[in-house]
Amino acid sequence: MLDKTGHDDLKLLARPKPLLDRRGWAAFLAIGFVLIVLVPLFNLAPATGSALHLPGYLIPLLGKYACYAILALSLDLVWGYAGILSLGHGAFFALGGYAMGMYLMRQIGTRGVYGHPELPDFMVFLNWKELPWYWHGFDSFPFALLMVFLVPGLLALVLGWFAFRSRVTGVYISIVTQAMTFALLLAFFRNDMGFGGNNGLTDFKDILGFPVQAPETRIGLYVASVLSLGLCFLLCRFVTRSKLGRVLLAVRDAESRVRFLGYSPTSAKLFAFVLSALLAGLAGALYVPQVGIINPSEFSPANSIEVAIWVAVGGRGTLYGAILGGVLINLVKTWLTGAAPELWLFVLGALFVASTLLFPKGIVGLVGQWQAWRAERRSYQSATPAEKAAE
Amino acid sequence: MMRPAMPPPTPLVEPATAGIAPDVVHKPRVSDTQLYLDGVTVSFDGFKAINNLALMVAPGELRTIIGPNGAGKTTMMDIITGKTRPDAGEVLFAGRVDLTKLDETEIANLGIGRKFQKPTVFENLTVFENFELALKAPRGSFRTLTARLDSEALDRIAWALDTVGLAAKLRDQAGALSHGQKQWLEIGMLLVQDTQLILLDEPVAGMTDAETKQTAELILSLKGERTLVVVEHDMEFVRDLGARVTVLHEGSVLSEGSVDHVQNDPRVIEVYLGR
Amino acid sequence: MATGPFLRLPAREGAGTARAGLDSADINARRIIKTVLNRLVPMNRFLPLLMVALMLALLAMMRPAHAQDLAAALAGLADSDPRPAITALTASDDEKAKAALAALAQGNLYLRLADNAVVIGEKDGEMVVVTNAATGDIEDMARPDELQPITLSEDARALLGDAGAAAQGGGPLDFAGAVAALKADNFADKARAIDAFTVLADPRAIPVFQALADGRLFVRKSDGAVVIGNASGNDVALTDAVSQEKAGIVAPAALDVIFVNNNLRNVLREAVGRLGLASPDPAQRRAAANALLDAATPDTVALLREAFAKESNGAAKSAMALSLAAVELADADKTRRLLAIQVLSGSSDLRVRALLQARLSQESEPDVKAALDAAFDRLQFKLQLYGYAENLVQGISLGSVLLLAAVGLAITFGVMGIINMAHGEMIMLGAYSAYVTQEVFRAFLPPSWIGAYLIAALPVAFLVAAAIGIALERGVIRFLYGRPLETMLATWGISLILQQTVRAIFGAPNKEVANPEWMTGALELAGGFAITWNRIYIIIFCFAVLGLIVLILRRTSFGLHMRAVTQNRAMADVMGIPTARVDALTFGLGSGIAGMAGVALSQIGNVSPNLGTIYIVDSFLVVVFGGVGNLMGTLVGALTLGVVNKLLEPVAGAVLGKVVVLVCIILFIQKRPRGLFAAKGRSADA
Repeated sequence: MLDKTGHDDLKLLARPKPLLDRRGWAAFLAIGFVLIVLVPLFNLAPATGSALHLPGYLIPLLGKYACYAILALSLDLVWGYAGILSLGHGAFFALGGYAMGMYLMRQIGTRGVYGHPELPDFMVFLNWKELPWYWHGFDSFPFALLMVFLVPGLLALVLGWFAFRSRVTGVYISIVTQAMTFALLLAFFRNDMGFGGNNGLTDFKDILGFPVQAPETRIGLYVASVLSLGLCFLLCRFVTRSKLGRVLLAVRDAESRVRFLGYSPTSAKLFAFVLSALLAGLAGALYVPQVGIINPSEFSPANSIEVAIWVAVGGRGTLYGAILGGVLINLVKTWLTGAAPELWLFVLGALFVASTLLFPKGIVGLVGQWQAWRAERRSYQSATPAEKAAE
Repeated sequence: MMRPAMPPPTPLVEPATAGIAPDVVHKPRVSDTQLYLDGVTVSFDGFKAINNLALMVAPGELRTIIGPNGAGKTTMMDIITGKTRPDAGEVLFAGRVDLTKLDETEIANLGIGRKFQKPTVFENLTVFENFELALKAPRGSFRTLTARLDSEALDRIAWALDTVGLAAKLRDQAGALSHGQKQWLEIGMLLVQDTQLILLDEPVAGMTDAETKQTAELILSLKGERTLVVVEHDMEFVRDLGARVTVLHEGSVLSEGSVDHVQNDPRVIEVYLGR
Repeated sequence: MATGPFLRLPAREGAGTARAGLDSADINARRIIKTVLNRLVPMNRFLPLLMVALMLALLAMMRPAHAQDLAAALAGLADSDPRPAITALTASDDEKAKAALAALAQGNLYLRLADNAVVIGEKDGEMVVVTNAATGDIEDMARPDELQPITLSEDARALLGDAGAAAQGGGPLDFAGAVAALKADNFADKARAIDAFTVLADPRAIPVFQALADGRLFVRKSDGAVVIGNASGNDVALTDAVSQEKAGIVAPAALDVIFVNNNLRNVLREAVGRLGLASPDPAQRRAAANALLDAATPDTVALLREAFAKESNGAAKSAMALSLAAVELADADKTRRLLAIQVLSGSSDLRVRALLQARLSQESEPDVKAALDAAFDRLQFKLQLYGYAENLVQGISLGSVLLLAAVGLAITFGVMGIINMAHGEMIMLGAYSAYVTQEVFRAFLPPSWIGAYLIAALPVAFLVAAAIGIALERGVIRFLYGRPLETMLATWGISLILQQTVRAIFGAPNKEVANPEWMTGALELAGGFAITWNRIYIIIFCFAVLGLIVLILRRTSFGLHMRAVTQNRAMADVMGIPTARVDALTFGLGSGIAGMAGVALSQIGNVSPNLGTIYIVDSFLVVVFGGVGNLMGTLVGALTLGVVNKLLEPVAGAVLGKVVVLVCIILFIQKRPRGLFAAKGRSADA
């Protein structure tokens, strides 16, 4: 019979797990404060020449990193927790981006090169006479926002339902998702798809009535991105800490066993996949107004695979690891593609190899290992000479 | 081993048919059986793994199944649990639910639990979390997203933990357990899963003699309240269980009866010793 | 087919920089400028024009003094009294002055109304090909109403008489001279040079004429020699026009093409026919008859009739019959017309279709018209059928390329259960091996050996790719067994490194690998239906490789080991099979085959560092479609994919066709997650 303490212990374990512990919340809020309050403050308050002044170009750059971090988070949810290595997450990102891009295109109005009140420039250029049906509604922001989630979500739902139901797993699902993004890449390159072909959508003017290029708008977009990142993190945290999170882990490690327990891996994976696609779509939608363009190259399989390496380097299966990886690698990329562009691919390639071979648990895992090693050392140092001799 | 009273089990025979398509659920066809297999045949690339197999297990019965390697024991379990679809034949649960039309998840939710030959537990989860997943509770994704453990569930876990003796390992990762402990964890998971029909594939493989004895005790204590089908090689253990034995050979039933009966059956001796 | 630039993945660095390296304002500014420019003047038209203008400006600045005199003198021709100008030009020893005078004598000298430039105009159908008289460069086509002919008074013409004669000089007397005369700057002189050949009646003229008519006659820039060129991959294989001997392989940039207009082309074809009909070689007689199909003049018709009567070779005779029928299609006698239609309807030549169509609009007799209609339909149907057949052949050849690319992938996937994302780079390395081998042959071996480089490139590519593959397996992949997803990522990283390394060594631009002589040209099947030899060789080669692999798998102990490891690795290990070595060798074999695939690919496309990425997605799909570790599945998968791709192309367009195929495969995987030829049973579920 379990004794009383045993039963209490069980009760302790059975309590719903908090989203973050106290230290976690402190860190979360501190980082949030720095990013949302201090960064814009240092950009706006000090004079331009001052040492404290944060240059304006950094704002959209940081905003972009936040978008990448959301994308990394979304991939980590499916890869790190459900074991689905999607090599097509860039597609969801790009679809969200295109939905936002379509809204931004419609906002141009008559300010395009051709000044057509209804049609975006590239349609006028292609001699189109009227707006295709799927462009209708995108002049309204709420509708566009709905599409930002709906389109990637639906695609993920359909693809995932087909794939998971027929038990396409492992490398097969990777190839299927890669083929999906490749197919979309080819499709979006076509001019007659009505998404601007090779050039994509660009020359944006306003978002919600604010000029996209204005420093204030940029700060607004940046803050929105960071806020979204924080919320997405908490949302993912909620999912992974729930019982569903444990079901996902179980699916990742022993899918067939989960079935014999009466869970449907299809449904669990579909949940994670669709949620992940929604987050990726959101990331894309936030990304587009900050970089000012969306074109089919976002669909390229190479982009999607790169996201996997952000997650792997950061530490998959840990949400903050994914964020860390997404930001860190893009920082290196920004710096290196400026300083020594021919080196970047070598570094990226080496990262792929090293992160799988040398530190499969990513930076987060490395930190853990280092801490364990230090703890061991400390206990070794504090041990008596006799104990040392005994070893 | 002192054990607390088992929580009230789900009544036998009545399967949980909610949510199952009506054409799968027949009027009771074969009365008073928990599991009914007839004329079941399955072949892989021309090799008949199961050949015209017939088997009837009554509610609350404990049945042991023995047979040489390749006799089709595991394949039979695969068919019952929906992992393999038979080419022909009838597989009925509680005399009325056609298992050949359902997938693993649906069959598990009907009330059929299975322990695998090779212990398969979720190695990256703790012992407690393994129990939590196995626990009888709503299985839908959105329900699990917001699931909470109530005190009844805790009692059930406490009982199972105690039964399989893993109370001290509650926070350990399942992957860190020994082979025997994993076996018991899996059995314990079946207990909290609370299924009417329990399929055990070689439950004592890799256990010490003492552990084997305890397992036999546990199985015997479940007999009557659950229907159990045990596949085992260890004849000592089979004898300890003292249940009706079915001998499989080349995919069909070779002999059936008490332990003594099958051990003296010349055909069984021939199959096991060879001629 | 994934060779179009459209299907190529956008360069990674470009995308990367745009995404992370630049301020978005900068991107926007550049975008805007680019878009505006693009819309005002489409870039693809604007750029060449800009370059031409630049070059002209440069030329104008560098023009020597006497050229300016020439320009002045030419301008003087349009004056009311052109005599001083004519005198000046006659005195000049400039070739261009002579050409201008000759044109003036023939009434081919014009004043271009747009800029008052004096130009030589040569009628080419409705349009006039304009050559700047001052520079001797062909500038443009013009409508006749854009030009004003320069006419001469009687006395000026008299003055010209001498000058014109002086300009013409002595006619070429020997073959070499006649060939050199083809280099003339204007069409009139070219026509004269062609005439000179007919006087010589040298059979060597046939290939020269043919080449000239096809735009394959060049002037080699280095020494001014006239050469016949044949496409060899991206390069041109040369034959000296005079000696008719092989003259090496050069890049197209080293050559200037000798242009002809349509009038001259007809003259040439007729001349080829005339000369060829008398040739002792039946193949040449047949080609000559074929050339006369739509170029026969009354003179040659007589020749043709004569030759037809004498002809004993079946193929040549039927070609002559066809050409005669083409003439008799317009015969006054109705029965002869009907007879001609009957003969023509057996052909499948595009030119015959045009002839029939042309006749259809002129024919008045209803029954002949009906016959014409029927013949036209029959021909149309046949041509359509050939179109499908051609797509089929192209599909099979694409399929065999895919097969070559995928078979190594299938082997490594089957044996080791890993996806090698760097497989495409093995293909790329193979292609670069072919390039290097070619360069080595060019540099160190006599030119006559060059055709053999491809043979040498195969083992080189195999060894290079296999060695790198084995190094890869030993150095990276073996530490990742049992972790297929990580293997995928690590090999992707390696593919990036390999690509960038090759880019660093060879540079980013495409490298050109030439087809050897024996792979150029096409196999012509029944009328008009041709398959290029490089496609045929690739199909043959690919099946030979497949056969070889089957042999290795079935007949060697290594193959036995490989199959054993595929089926049950643990068991094979216990049996004493050195699984580690089998893995390494399998990987080497798979990579080596990819390397050979690269050599094959170098023969049908460009060689660039991202060659592999073009084929890798397709290769995966082949493997997934066909089923893992199953050569039969790979074969069927590759051919199906290739053929479906090509058959869809005319219906849905190349890109959409590809999308359709991708979607179909994604759907197919739902039905058969383990491919077309999946293994069944308990072992398959592991």
